[in-house]
Amino acid sequence: MNAPAQHPPAVRTTCPYCGVGCGVLARPDGRGGAIIAGDSEHPANFGRLCSKGSALGETLGLGTRLLQPMISGNVSSWDRALDAVADGFAKTIAEHGPDSVAFYLSGQLLTEDYYVANKLMKGFIGSSNVDTNSRLCMASSVAGHRRAFGADTVPGTYADLDEADLIILVGSNAAWCHPVLYQRMIANKRERGAKLIVIDPRRTATAEEADLFLPVAPGMDTALFCGLLVHLADNLAMNYEYIDAHTTGLPDALVRAREIAPDVMATASATGLAPADVARFFAMFTATEKTVTCYSQGVNQSAQGTDKVTTIINCHLATGRIGKAGMGPFSLTGQPNAMGGREVGGLANQLAAHMNFTPGDIDKVGRFWNAKSVAQREGLKAVQMFDAIDRGEIKALWIMATNPAVSLPRAGFVRAALAKLDLLVISDNVASNDTITANAHVLLPAAAWGEKDGTVTNSERRISRQRPFLALPGEAKPDWWMVTQVAQRMGYADAFRFNSPADIFREHAELSAFENAGTRDFDIGALAALDDDAFNALDPVQWPARAGEPKAEKRFFAEGRFYTPDGKAKMIAPERPKPQAEVSVDFPLRLNTGRIRDQWHTMTRTGLSPRLGAHLPEPFVEVHPADAANMGLHHGGFARVTTPHGACVLKVIVTEGQMRGSVFAPIHWSGETASSGRIGELVSPAIDPFSGQPEAKATPASIAPAEFQYRGFALSRGRLSLPKETWWARAVIAGGEGMLLATNDAPSIWRERAAALFGGAEIAEYADELRGSYRMAAFAEGRLVGCLFIGPADAAPQWDAVKLLFESEHMGEAQRRAVLSGKSTDGLADPGPVVCACFGVGLNVIRTALADGSAGNVVEIGKALRAGTNCGSCLPELKKIVAQGRVAATV
Amino acid sequence: MSEQLVIIGNGMATMRLVEELSQRALGRYAIAVIGEEPRLAYNRVLLSSVLAREVSRGDVELKAADWYRDRGVTLIYGQRAVSIDANVRRIKLANGGTLPFNKLVLATGSKPIRLNVPGMDLPGVLTFRDIGDVDSIEKAALRNRKAVVIGGGLLGLEAAYGLAKAGLKVSVIHLMDRLMERQLDARGSDLLKAAVEAKGITVHLNAETASIKGAQRAQAVVLKDGREIAGDLVVVAAGIRANADLAQGAGLEVGRGIVVDDHMQTGKAGIYAIGECAEHQGICYGLVEPAYEQARVLASHLCGGDARYDGSVLATNLKVSGVSVFSAGDFIGAAGTEQIVLSDPGLGAYKKLVIADGKLAGAVLFGDTADGLWYLELIRSGASIDAMRDDLMFGRALAERAAPKTLAA
Repeated sequence: MNAPAQHPPAVRTTCPYCGVGCGVLARPDGRGGAIIAGDSEHPANFGRLCSKGSALGETLGLGTRLLQPMISGNVSSWDRALDAVADGFAKTIAEHGPDSVAFYLSGQLLTEDYYVANKLMKGFIGSSNVDTNSRLCMASSVAGHRRAFGADTVPGTYADLDEADLIILVGSNAAWCHPVLYQRMIANKRERGAKLIVIDPRRTATAEEADLFLPVAPGMDTALFCGLLVHLADNLAMNYEYIDAHTTGLPDALVRAREIAPDVMATASATGLAPADVARFFAMFTATEKTVTCYSQGVNQSAQGTDKVTTIINCHLATGRIGKAGMGPFSLTGQPNAMGGREVGGLANQLAAHMNFTPGDIDKVGRFWNAKSVAQREGLKAVQMFDAIDRGEIKALWIMATNPAVSLPRAGFVRAALAKLDLLVISDNVASNDTITANAHVLLPAAAWGEKDGTVTNSERRISRQRPFLALPGEAKPDWWMVTQVAQRMGYADAFRFNSPADIFREHAELSAFENAGTRDFDIGALAALDDDAFNALDPVQWPARAGEPKAEKRFFAEGRFYTPDGKAKMIAPERPKPQAEVSVDFPLRLNTGRIRDQWHTMTRTGLSPRLGAHLPEPFVEVHPADAANMGLHHGGFARVTTPHGACVLKVIVTEGQMRGSVFAPIHWSGETASSGRIGELVSPAIDPFSGQPEAKATPASIAPAEFQYRGFALSRGRLSLPKETWWARAVIAGGEGMLLATNDAPSIWRERAAALFGGAEIAEYADELRGSYRMAAFAEGRLVGCLFIGPADAAPQWDAVKLLFESEHMGEAQRRAVLSGKSTDGLADPGPVVCACFGVGLNVIRTALADGSAGNVVEIGKALRAGTNCGSCLPELKKIVAQGRVAATV
Repeated sequence: MSEQLVIIGNGMATMRLVEELSQRALGRYAIAVIGEEPRLAYNRVLLSSVLAREVSRGDVELKAADWYRDRGVTLIYGQRAVSIDANVRRIKLANGGTLPFNKLVLATGSKPIRLNVPGMDLPGVLTFRDIGDVDSIEKAALRNRKAVVIGGGLLGLEAAYGLAKAGLKVSVIHLMDRLMERQLDARGSDLLKAAVEAKGITVHLNAETASIKGAQRAQAVVLKDGREIAGDLVVVAAGIRANADLAQGAGLEVGRGIVVDDHMQTGKAGIYAIGECAEHQGICYGLVEPAYEQARVLASHLCGGDARYDGSVLATNLKVSGVSVFSAGDFIGAAGTEQIVLSDPGLGAYKKLVIADGKLAGAVLFGDTADGLWYLELIRSGASIDAMRDDLMFGRALAERAAPKTLAA
């Protein structure tokens, strides 16, 4: 106990999950891990973290990491791997033109990674085939913003959520997906009495706190907000001054709104809501000046997503409730740096730095980059990009930090398309995922959170630093470095002379201010002059940050000044809402998809945390009780969910919270984590005509029971592979991996397999074949190294107690005797080894009697416990125990 | 005047009978106990421990002499009863004396079966039944280095264990294809064999003794298949039979043992038999537990009570070669029964529960017998185990917590 361990100071960084962008303090533990805490000084979260953020420390292990470059499955040097990428892209471009190559990026990338990738593709390769998984996330918000505001501008700030008197959440399960912001809203409700309205087809956790919950029919948000616009007009509740001064298009928008939802009754009928609820919603909106309308994937992931955004914005423009404290439309982005990607222009329909494919912008960007072959037109958006890959038009693809073989609609089709590529380059930090296993030619080991160094922008336009606090493991490198190296090898060395993220950030900031003069919302010219130290020390900063202007939190559009040619916002008439595909006899339900509280995307990071995996450990489908009854499903059973694009087998959760006629399944499971849970395979590729965002929440689907006679689980230290026909879901647990499984193979068959599953270990087993029960535990040197429990489906073995035993390095004999019960022995007295066989009296019981004075000698033991009073063969042993007790007592 | 109660045999059943009687009606009977062995009653179960030097001779004594005196018991030990005159109600002793009785209890126990093969009377061939045998074996063991134990039942294995602990090289030869076939199922027997072998004892199964070979003294056991197992000490533990000679001489009905009714009474009123010498409903019990039950029933009867003995559900609950073993009921598993099996070789544990019609019908436990008595209770009570079937294997505390008292309702 000398000097306390020296802890390095905590590093201020930013959480890598949702778009809230919480500040995190990471204190490395010196053993490759870190203690994680919320940063109380970060304005996004003021110290709070959600379950995912809190568990970041559990996700830093290297077990699943890609640590060396690989070419065709063989370890390679960086030089050879980078040559292979550069040569492959150059050759493809030379033979088939610039549009035969593409980058598919990610909202997980840092702004600096994004910037160089976008610059290489659009400025030097000369194609706009650079898109990102943000397309799946908030493209409709971007399109809605650009249509209305002339720029992709989020007008408000998080502080508005503290100051609003009414918060409307549309298609947002913020309680699970943006928990820290949600807590901010709840604090406002609690402390200031703000009202909360939740509009969602599902009664989510978010709806639990709502003052008014509106279970809107899937896709009918547009009708609801059209009805609201009509109501505002009819009740003279519009801000005509603002409308006249700063908007155009209201008459057309209103005419269309009247066609879609002329009154309360029509709105109720179109949305499936109770007229009284609709009326209450209209009245609350009308009466509350300080209203914020937040929207998320329920709005965006729709074939009419842009129209939904438009109708929400229309209501705020019509009331002038925009850009002022406590009011405005507010897009909550799903990813940590979707906003940074948008700022860079890392999407196929943007050029760079909030500039577009206009001759003026193309010229500006070309001059700034000193690039001769700047792309002249939009490229292919995500879904179309993979269609072009399937058609053979795109032949070389670089995927960075994302897993499209899981997350894109028709994921099975995507996987097959990937296999057709001449060159598939993947930079990622995991050694295996469904995309990598599809057909990767070159694998580049990327830095992970904790190692990455750069910036991200959150939903309120706040740029924060992601700072490294761990050394780069193995040969891992940041993505910006890889892109820069490849660009240099392709002959663009002059344009890619970046030595650090700070170098890139300065150029990015400079471009944002280049010939801007207030014509573009995105301007961080004030940051272009940061030296390396200042960049490293950069505090969270909101844009705009124009050079020469005082730094202050800014909202947009209170005084108009939109980024349209006439400076006025456009109120646009939406199309009549209807999902792109109708339900049918064969596919009578709508498949809704989304996130769950404790997982993130395809679980490559959250899946490493035992705590997070424990919340909902298997892929499931939520079904309304009436649908369940009709389809013959029961709670806790299994169902096959089928769409025209694929099928999954999922655990059934029957819940009133699910809307009748619609089923919900989470997006997180992949081929790595479940046998049949890759929900992306089922999702329709139908897209919004403006944003290109897929309609991920309304695919016509059918559901039918999937019967398994037996269920169970397996735990192992390493990875187990189960026979192909087994249904399984994998989760990391403390000390290893767990698999929940369902099977029609009889326990006797599992018994035969058990030895091979845990080769070489000593096996303890329990078999009750008529009951359909088989349980086994594998031990190596006294340590539990695996177990397999199979039981009848209606009484499936539970893994909680066994998981706890699995955590411990050493198992006592009493625990080992009970391990195959699958039950906890907590609270059960351990009588110890039997001394008196006739009356089953254990050593511990006798010692207790001696210790507490209820017996002092052999005769008294006999009287108190009956031990030794039958055959008497234990009397000599009892004498010894008494003698030992005396010795112990005198020591 | 108290009634004269004579008990022939001074073993564990007698001790328990005296104890039960003195608790119920001290002084009602003037009790005399005739013991052939020249010592106080001792715990026969511990003989192998004595042989193994785990327990001293003094420790096996059941009760001190004053315990008998305090209960008004006359101990006549080192004396053999040679005949009973059931009509005159008198016993003749080997020293020529006689002893009258009003009531007589035969608790003569059993004696080892001697094989009818050549060489059985050679020096160095011993039985293992009483403390005298232990003395002989110990003496022989001082001179001899190799022992052959004939019989792989409980007694034989105990003898083998004791001899091995005493430093001899021991072989066990057993007629059947597995050890302790009456108390264990095949897997239990296999495990026991492994445990016995782990103590350095060689086991020969399917081994039928043809003769004992030797010139002056025993040198080897010759098997029917021609094999010879060398050994200068041969311990015969091939089984026991009820010691019913006296009863036979007295004209009492004797089958496998002395035939008794549910009050432990023979065909002659006032003459009883308990313990290993008694046959109740065709069964002679060779274990201590039924003997104690019988002693209890008889004590009740002798004191005017109406307790009846209706047989014991056989349970084996003991340690053999240092391993705990329990079996009860239909532990093999008859046709139509279901089995639940647990094994953990690392802990040296194996358990099998036999279920019939939703009730526990039998159990065999090897290595970990802590729950044996609970299973015995369940077998005896015939309670339904459906509600706790999945936990039954893991003991009372866990199973009853999981299925809280649904059975009692």
